Amino acid sequence: MTVREVREKSINYRKKLLTYIKHANAGHTGGSLSCIDILNVLYNRILDVTPENFTNPNRDHYIQSKGHSVEALYVVLADKGFFPESDLNTLCRHGSHYVGHPTRKVNGVEHNTGALGHGLSFCVGLALAEKMDSMNHKVYTLLGDGELAEGSNWEALLTAAHYQLDNLIAIVDFNKLQITGWTKDVCATDPLEQKFCAFGWSVQHVDGHDIEALTEVLNSVPFEREKPSVIIAHTIKGKGVSFIENNHTWHHHVPTDAELVQAIQELDQALVQVIDNYTD
Amino acid sequence: MNQLESGKANLEVFSETLIDLAKKDKSIVVVTSDSRGSGKLVPFGEQLPDQMIEVGIAEQNLVGVAAGLAAAGKKVFAVSPACFLTARSLEQIKNDVCYSDHPVKLIGISAGVSYGALGTTHHSLHDIAALRAINNISIIAPADNFETRESIKLAVEMQHPVYIRFGKRAIEHVHKPDAVFKLGKAIIIREGDDVAFIAAGETVVQSLLAAQLLEQKGVSCRVVSVHTIKPLDGKAVIETAKKCRIMITVEEHLVYGGLGEACAAHLMQAGISLPFKVVGIRDEYTVTGSQLEIFKDYGMTAEKLSESAMQLLAHI
Ligand SMILES: [Mg+2]
Repeated sequence: MTVREVREKSINYRKKLLTYIKHANAGHTGGSLSCIDILNVLYNRILDVTPENFTNPNRDHYIQSKGHSVEALYVVLADKGFFPESDLNTLCRHGSHYVGHPTRKVNGVEHNTGALGHGLSFCVGLALAEKMDSMNHKVYTLLGDGELAEGSNWEALLTAAHYQLDNLIAIVDFNKLQITGWTKDVCATDPLEQKFCAFGWSVQHVDGHDIEALTEVLNSVPFEREKPSVIIAHTIKGKGVSFIENNHTWHHHVPTDAELVQAIQELDQALVQVIDNYTD
Repeated sequence: MNQLESGKANLEVFSETLIDLAKKDKSIVVVTSDSRGSGKLVPFGEQLPDQMIEVGIAEQNLVGVAAGLAAAGKKVFAVSPACFLTARSLEQIKNDVCYSDHPVKLIGISAGVSYGALGTTHHSLHDIAALRAINNISIIAPADNFETRESIKLAVEMQHPVYIRFGKRAIEHVHKPDAVFKLGKAIIIREGDDVAFIAAGETVVQSLLAAQLLEQKGVSCRVVSVHTIKPLDGKAVIETAKKCRIMITVEEHLVYGGLGEACAAHLMQAGISLPFKVVGIRDEYTVTGSQLEIFKDYGMTAEKLSESAMQLLAHI
């Protein structure tokens, strides 16, 4: 898939997730916009996970530990053909499997998340099983930066390093915000890189909205043999819509009719720019 | 008084059974949280090092890692003292195991007041109540070596989560050689129609000994081992209530939220009423001491159970 196609997808995914959040009158707007480029690159350029091989353990794994950004995951899974996109019209509706956090009832989801600080331990288990069975598939998880305050993450970080799980890749959606405000004001996690290094992980930074940089860094794992890899993806919460960016009140705010119209207009303008910039 | 034939600690039987099974089935994996000694799993680690994962003193991680291994097709036993396993990692049990439906076998060692002298931190008197309130997990409290062995064999093949809790004291045999162990199927160990003892785990021995004491007083007792507390064998409880004059439930757990209340709710909703007593640990600052000393304090020894039965019978 060309860079232009992937960048177009990023914008279209944003339009869709905002539309479904509006339709459901519920959702995690800021975080979904923050991590959508990461999911885009993972599913369209990196992961060996398809609707065809999903029931076969012989594939890569992706676990979204920051489960609240589920709308980003759902629009990507729909685009990849895991389920008809029209299913998302039932998002958060009574009796729907498309609940406000990922569940295995939705095709393409392999672990139920939503409570924070759970995904990494689960991925350590998956990565250990891969090693035990001498398989070469990779296990990826997406963590929120606010989520890192959950102590269970640090238990999992220790185990991953102890077992030298170089098939495990954690990506931090480092948007520096959480529901209450700036993470540095809520409970500072800095210096993050040093903390991961001290726990025995190999660390790289990336612009979490730069498709090519994300592709490059994700293609270069493991960064070191016998060490798990962590990518600190510098992101902007609400990325792509001017009035949502860097505003913690949009953590789970649903756009009004007028806000949705303006957001779609901004994203359509961005789409025109992508088309103008890439002639491939 | 008749004696019961003495056996090993259920903990030891668990360990021996698991080693036997794991030698034949390489997909069996044990995960420990610095608990291999407490779980009698040092020989497992020595004989089958590739089938053991150690996460250190980190019970939340223990359960999360176990869920991931199970999702990848391993038959995973997460082994840790019941007190930590079912409290520290309750959210991992709820979400990563039960809600996500990864078939982890959670093994709560030295459950109840097995670590009696170590104090409340090490008692697990909440575990059955806590896990009963979580969807998609079976709860088993084996009474003796036979039930322990059978429950571990059963757990290996289970496709959904299960919690098995037992103690560390050498425990007497309660079953005849022809006993049959099935998930959710209570076992009638002794027949009688005056008193019904409905017991789970290591209180079954005390109930059976109480029945022997009561026999000398001309009182006949039915003793039922409800090894599976969830799903409860409601049919057996109702049938027993119809047959006997009084019912006493016995459990090594707080009197709230465990076997006794489960039976009471079942009987009430079936419209069945009989003199009924829930024996277990009272809601108070728990006494310390050996398991049997604590049983005595809370009316859970054979002598105390037979006294309770006589008192309840006297009020009919
Ligand atoms: Mg954040």
